Amino acid sequence: MSKKIDQQQVKQVAKLARLDLDDSEVAKFSTELSSILEYIEKLGELDTDGVEPLAHCLPVNNVFREDKPRPSLSNEQALKNAPERVDKFFMVPKILDDNSNS
Amino acid sequence: MSDLEYKVIVGLEIHVQLATRTKMFCSCELGFGQEPNTSVCPVCLGMPGSLPVMNKQAFEYSVMAGLALNCNIPSFTKWDRKSYYYPDLPKNYQISQYDLPMSEHGYIEIPLEDGSTKKIRILRAHLEEDAGKNTHTLGNFTAVDLNRAGTPLLEIVTEPDLSSGAEVKALAVELQRIVRYLGVSEADMQKGHMRFEPNVNLHITRGGQLYKTPISEVKNLNSFRALEGSVTYEAARQLDEFLETGITMESGNKRTYGWDDENNRTVLQREKEEAHDYRYFPDPDLVPVVMTPEWLDDIRSRLCEMPLAMEKRFVTEYGLSEYDAGVITSEKATADLFDNAVKAGADPKRVCNILTQTGAKLAKDKECSVAELGVNSENLTALAKMIDDGDVGASAAAQVFELMVETGDTPGQVAEKHNLIQKSDASEIESLVDAVLADNAQAVEQVQAGGKKSKKARGFIMGQVMQRSKGQANPKVVNQILAKKLG
Amino acid sequence: MANEILNLTCKQLRDQIADGTVKSTKAVEAVFAQIEKAEPKIKAFLRTHKEEAMQKAADIDEKIANGDKVGSLAGVPIAVKDNICTSFSKTTCASKILEDFEAPYDAHVIEQLNAADAIIIGKCNLDEFAMGSSTENSGLQQTVNPWDADRVPGGSSGGSAAAVAGRMAFGSLGSDTGGSIRQPASFCGVVGLKPTYGRVSRYGLVAYGSSLDQIGPFTRNVEDAALMMNVIAGHDGRDSTSVTEKDAPVPDYTADIDKPIEGLKIGIVPRFNEGASDEVGKAVKASLDTYKSLGAEIVEIDMPYFDYAVATYYVIATAEASSNLARFDGVHYGHRTADPHDYVEVYSKSRDEAFGDEVKRRIMLGTYALSSGYYDAYYLKASKVRNLIRQDYTKAFEKVDCIMMPVSPTTAFKFGEKTDDPMQMYLADIYTIAANLAGVPGISVPCGFDSQNLPVGLQIFTPAFSEERLLRIARMYEKENDHNIVMPPLAK
Repeated sequence: MSKKIDQQQVKQVAKLARLDLDDSEVAKFSTELSSILEYIEKLGELDTDGVEPLAHCLPVNNVFREDKPRPSLSNEQALKNAPERVDKFFMVPKILDDNSNS
Repeated sequence: MSDLEYKVIVGLEIHVQLATRTKMFCSCELGFGQEPNTSVCPVCLGMPGSLPVMNKQAFEYSVMAGLALNCNIPSFTKWDRKSYYYPDLPKNYQISQYDLPMSEHGYIEIPLEDGSTKKIRILRAHLEEDAGKNTHTLGNFTAVDLNRAGTPLLEIVTEPDLSSGAEVKALAVELQRIVRYLGVSEADMQKGHMRFEPNVNLHITRGGQLYKTPISEVKNLNSFRALEGSVTYEAARQLDEFLETGITMESGNKRTYGWDDENNRTVLQREKEEAHDYRYFPDPDLVPVVMTPEWLDDIRSRLCEMPLAMEKRFVTEYGLSEYDAGVITSEKATADLFDNAVKAGADPKRVCNILTQTGAKLAKDKECSVAELGVNSENLTALAKMIDDGDVGASAAAQVFELMVETGDTPGQVAEKHNLIQKSDASEIESLVDAVLADNAQAVEQVQAGGKKSKKARGFIMGQVMQRSKGQANPKVVNQILAKKLG
Repeated sequence: MANEILNLTCKQLRDQIADGTVKSTKAVEAVFAQIEKAEPKIKAFLRTHKEEAMQKAADIDEKIANGDKVGSLAGVPIAVKDNICTSFSKTTCASKILEDFEAPYDAHVIEQLNAADAIIIGKCNLDEFAMGSSTENSGLQQTVNPWDADRVPGGSSGGSAAAVAGRMAFGSLGSDTGGSIRQPASFCGVVGLKPTYGRVSRYGLVAYGSSLDQIGPFTRNVEDAALMMNVIAGHDGRDSTSVTEKDAPVPDYTADIDKPIEGLKIGIVPRFNEGASDEVGKAVKASLDTYKSLGAEIVEIDMPYFDYAVATYYVIATAEASSNLARFDGVHYGHRTADPHDYVEVYSKSRDEAFGDEVKRRIMLGTYALSSGYYDAYYLKASKVRNLIRQDYTKAFEKVDCIMMPVSPTTAFKFGEKTDDPMQMYLADIYTIAANLAGVPGISVPCGFDSQNLPVGLQIFTPAFSEERLLRIARMYEKENDHNIVMPPLAK
């Protein structure tokens, strides 16, 4: 049976999801995800032409807040859980490629 | 080579920071130059369990901008998540708008150097949250500050209708003027309130054939100078490159450049556009926005006259020069001050002169705008009328304006107090003239004799009269009386 | 005395504390004595907070002695699932990636519990990030079913269910994304309610599937569930998906709890009972007979799209999860890999090291379902089928007042029984999942025991925002058959 998602695809998805999977994990996920995707294929049986996608069960729109400031956390509170910090900043290894996407 | 022609094709993406007090999805106060990571909360830190709630003001501001850019405001818009991993993006997704933006298909009219205008189509404008800031210069690491994370941004995308660095700059300046007029952004370039990303390429015709060069995207420009320079530079660079290599646009050879401000040139950042997979999908934490006609009308009622329209009106209705009209409308409060003074009966050129000369000089000294000098339109009108009526002379008027700024008093009060009012009472001036004439028989003779010395002697008598009046006699009236007496 | 206290319901205890018959401190002592006895076997809690609880209880006793006004759960010991943020205790989601995470804030429901003067005694185990149906996916410890040490408590809120069943808390909070309250409630023989989506604020609930997640109570009986709902239901401006009082007023869920529903019409889908084990089917059928004896009418209905719920759910929930869990990256909080080579490794290694298999599996599945080229076939398709599934409920509720079916095809299964085949585990969620996709409320009520003395649960659904009727319907049954009095063997 051909796999729904082969190991190369698993690696590609793992890269997108920032999971550094080892080879045995790649193999395992290829098998497991294929069997799950196989099952999910049953959705294809249904004719959904003209059916609106439902992102939300709630018939609610226009939920806003007023533009009024509220107290922020202190720097200490903000950084309390930081695995590594420097001065008042979060710290990561030096980014050499500015790969920002915004 | 001689038959080669080319057009520069530029599309522009602009991020405009909205002038709200708080962030897009949380109530942290927006500021500038705060201590790192002090205007942050669980929401903008992307802490587990936190949820976003929309800032109504940010939404209404962006609708105002959309309307001012002649966009269609759809009745339904929603929020999507754009996924990518970067340390300044705490959730590793950005809340943005993908397939249903809050405004689309508009245009902006930009003034060109020859006095005409050009319409640049707007593809879409949508709201999104900003990322934080990575700093790479503190040591062998990157430091992350999330104060900026969650700042509301309006992203405006134009069609590729621009055809030179100058046009791109004109659009940027016009957009800055528009958002400031609307009050939806401070649009302070120094504070990074406007950031530009031009997409540049050339359409070259040679030997009857059309060639398109690969598109360059220049990232993160935050000054008009850099924006204009980068487009001009890229156009020249691409032409050289084409002539040298013949390279043309293919899918995937879009390149990313940065701008080297010191050397005035673009710098290649990425050779090939990476195949991004942002995995956009509707943000389940936020509900859609439904724009009702009533709400839209209400927002529309908050719009003001747009700067370019005002500028044109000042030329056609008030007879200002294009240059003066441009100066007066560069800033809304000044334009309004001018407009109100004129509407109250002041002579347009008179007011314009006060504002663009004395006003501009004072404003420059005080590092503020002309309107911020604090002179209201009633006092401005009064001053213009005093000049018209001869109550103050031209140089005294400048002094009066300065004193009005200093004291906040009316021009009448100021002129009175500092003896700057001109005397136009004919009988009073006549007796002064008579006294001067009696005391200076020789000069009178010289005038009446005509010839070489006549003009100088007349000036001397005039000066004597002004001196005796302590500078307060209206020179026009003095002249009239002198003419009568001396012929 | 201690056992007498432990056998009280929330309401009884609340009333007795309020009138001074029982001291809150005594109740907290009794609970911690029970924890000392039963917890080593059951392992429901990741952390308990005896000292703080005793202090708070003393404060409340003093308030009552002074005649001060107190809240509606004053002095009652309550446990909370460890994916609900608390400022006084870590919030780990039973994941190594959040093992040391201390939230700087309280979830809305925690504020509500505090405002009601409840006493939060500890944080309960779960499947890592609420992903699972057995609590075996906890990255921190294994919780045991109080009815049988070889069996799972269900999941993902296994700790919250086991704590209440084990008499170690008078009530608890869990979260339900595809059945994570109702299924462990049925496995542990307690009442579990998943409210309508939007009824209880999700602010402070660590998101798994944001459009599906809902916080709800575990209690020993239906009346207590109503009492808990009075505390946690209602609008919260910090959750955009929290419904306002204007759109859906919050009633007093306890006011008419004992009033039966006249002329009750119960919808059943006959093939559903056939899909369950014989013993589960029998217990559910017996409870339907009880309702008939109370004058209810049983109406056969069909829900044609129900069979697609599992497939739909595993696309939507995992897609949302892949995005929701992107923030656990070792940059701003949580586990960071030692000596990362560059910043990208901070992400990929930290995540690979600290997430368990099930979490990785779901992140992978969801990432795939949203990725370029697959979005339409998976995410978009599932979102459309979701609409059809919701219509199944809407159409059914045009004919009937409520729908009843089993909670789970089987009673509690043994450890390891389904861990090798994730698909098998997923399919067991068939009865609970559709309610989350449709947003309607559902309750699990104990409806007897199988031949191995394992509890069976009856599941009831009503239309959105009709929890008041849902609770009354459940209460009708409970008053006839109180299966909750029996204490599970491991609690003894």
